[in-house]
Amino acid sequence: MSDLIVLKESINELVKNVVEKHGASRAELIPILNEINRKMGYLPSYALEEVARLTQIPKSQVFSVATFYQMLSTDEMGEHVIRFCESAPCHVVGGRQVWQRLQEELHLQPGQTSPDGKWTLVTVSCLGVCGVGPVLIVDDDMYGNVTPDMIPEILARYA
Amino acid sequence: MAFFRSHVLVSVDPECLKRGAHEVIDALHDELVAQGLIDEVQVLETSRIGDPVFYGPDMMVYPEGIHYANLTPDDIPYLVEEHFLKGRPVERFRAQERLVRDEELRPPQPKEVRVVLRNCGVIDPNNIEDYIAEDGYMALAKVLTEMTPEQVIDTVLQSGLRGRGGAGFPTGRKWQFARQSPGDVKYVICNADEGDPGAFMNRRVLEGDPHAVIEGMIIAAYAIGSRQGYIYCRAEYPLAVKTLNIAITQAREFGFLGKNILGTDFSFDLEVRMGAGAFVCGEETALMASIEGRRGEPRPRPPFPAVAGLWMKPTNVNNVETYANVPQIILRGPEWYSSMGTEKSKGTKTFALAGDVKNTGLIEVPFGITLREVIYDVGGGIKDNKGFKAIQTGGPMGGCLSAEFLDLPIDYESLTKAGSMMGSGGLVVMDEDTCMVDIARFFMDFTQEESCGKCTPCRIGTRKILEILTRICEGKGRDGDIEQLEELCTWIKATSLCGLGQGAPTPVESTLKLFRHEYEAHVYEKRCPAKVCRALISYEIQPDVCTGCTVCARNCPTSAISGERRQPHKIDPDICVRCGICMQVCNFNAIVIN
Repeated sequence: MSDLIVLKESINELVKNVVEKHGASRAELIPILNEINRKMGYLPSYALEEVARLTQIPKSQVFSVATFYQMLSTDEMGEHVIRFCESAPCHVVGGRQVWQRLQEELHLQPGQTSPDGKWTLVTVSCLGVCGVGPVLIVDDDMYGNVTPDMIPEILARYA
Repeated sequence: MAFFRSHVLVSVDPECLKRGAHEVIDALHDELVAQGLIDEVQVLETSRIGDPVFYGPDMMVYPEGIHYANLTPDDIPYLVEEHFLKGRPVERFRAQERLVRDEELRPPQPKEVRVVLRNCGVIDPNNIEDYIAEDGYMALAKVLTEMTPEQVIDTVLQSGLRGRGGAGFPTGRKWQFARQSPGDVKYVICNADEGDPGAFMNRRVLEGDPHAVIEGMIIAAYAIGSRQGYIYCRAEYPLAVKTLNIAITQAREFGFLGKNILGTDFSFDLEVRMGAGAFVCGEETALMASIEGRRGEPRPRPPFPAVAGLWMKPTNVNNVETYANVPQIILRGPEWYSSMGTEKSKGTKTFALAGDVKNTGLIEVPFGITLREVIYDVGGGIKDNKGFKAIQTGGPMGGCLSAEFLDLPIDYESLTKAGSMMGSGGLVVMDEDTCMVDIARFFMDFTQEESCGKCTPCRIGTRKILEILTRICEGKGRDGDIEQLEELCTWIKATSLCGLGQGAPTPVESTLKLFRHEYEAHVYEKRCPAKVCRALISYEIQPDVCTGCTVCARNCPTSAISGERRQPHKIDPDICVRCGICMQVCNFNAIVIN
């Protein structure tokens, strides 16, 4: 059996479980996509087709929802995803310098994944922890009061 | 019935028991008998009072409300003699306030009044009994047993409560519309999609006092005649979602949610729906589209949600803070609530104070307080004793106000009149080193990104504004740019479909009005007065201060700095990328920005 078939079968299994858990209804589409996204790191187009088939929602509409929300990604993400809060409260307390440094250290533009697949750099809207800005999240770890000098050290933790 | 002059509640949670709570109770009992006080002082067992790790075993003495902590059986004879026989509280046994550093929510500052935030950081949000002990669900009981739905709506109307999501629509009127709308199935929605950058009031309420929101929603459901509600919470707040789900489960167990609430024939249940990261879903029609499983795109109103909302059924949508106010209004009466605030804006409002102010974090103040009081009394003034330049109110669709508005009383009308808005409650304070053109560009970058793309003025107009602002910040501003910005602002505002587009130009419009000289300096003189915009500044080494230590030259990423050791160095402006590293590393403050 080729790898592709194995992959498709495991996606079938995952999607089936998630759809069964939430129920195959239109109102559950976003929770379903959210969970698949969390489990797989992104939404491969084959998984979306499978969701459409099981929920009886037109493919076009499943894709339109999947591409609308910021937290759902149709692109494969790197091993570690760095989310930088780009909101005003972080910006005015030195976020700009941190963001600059982050891009320089990783050699990445926002939205890009490094060629070795290790890092993805994205911006997020306000995370609501403005009291400790500038803020960034690596995977599920949140860092507050970040200064440009802290960037190499934070990145080194995931090396 | 026996009458006791004093009640002693001893904490017997597992941790306190491990630390000897039963021995303390036995000693207490023995000593009260010995002193002949056993008929006057009642000893009761209760669940945890303070954090047992720090306080246990501990007890609470009423009516004084004195908290004694870290007790051993040996302490009891002295305690009983002093406190219960002689009536002198024993200071050395009293629980010391633990110093916690909560950067988001400090102890109340001068001029604060806490209604919505009253329980945050005080009660355990994961224990419904803590909320009940603070009069929780009393308002619900009162509503279900003593009031008709019409009376509830009247009370909310009289209190003058207005929607805390930003628009300030009278809550009672909204409920009235939803009640009067024909239909058997009606929905109650709590908008917890708090997306405004810098505003995290709702997150703290959901995480710290979820039952207040739930109770407010149940009361709203009773008032409009709904059996099902949804809390739409943004995905960026995982802890809030978790806390809410725990709270809902506990409320069901206690009979506050589900069938036949408190034994009446009123039934109502709640579900949390999570967003997936879309700012526009804070708009109520977009929010409902998202709950229905579609793209979160707004639609024109009317029809308003009260007539045709979720799944085209009459729906009442209120913000977290609005619902959290309701139980207090019912319990303490509409007169109490309307005694706070201004003529048209009643009660209190929570704000998230951020930016260049000393005490950042959440505050709750009565309407009518001035911006100056908020910044200097509650916020402790500007950081590093710098000068105040502007305050941005109302989130990314609000405006920036300059120093001349410092004495403006905060209420819905006066902020709108000043060219800004109330919004959901973000306050970003900016000091003299802030470039207002850069800030305007920054906000535009945000709204441009968050525009859902459905209507043209918002989708293309915001992009156009952003292009012009970026050009200006890069030193490529042209004659006519300022005028074109003004024209774009006017049209986007007038023709956009929803609040996002209509509000998007406000930061640009307000800074154009109040800080026009900064735009002019950028465009005509190619100069950034606040020395922020990189293309318009240059770094220079003061030769008389420079010691020639070479630190700057060694740290410069582009090797733009040259000079002999112990001789003044020089920066080549053509190679310099204006990263500012040299200025950060210089130990002699020899580098200045021009």
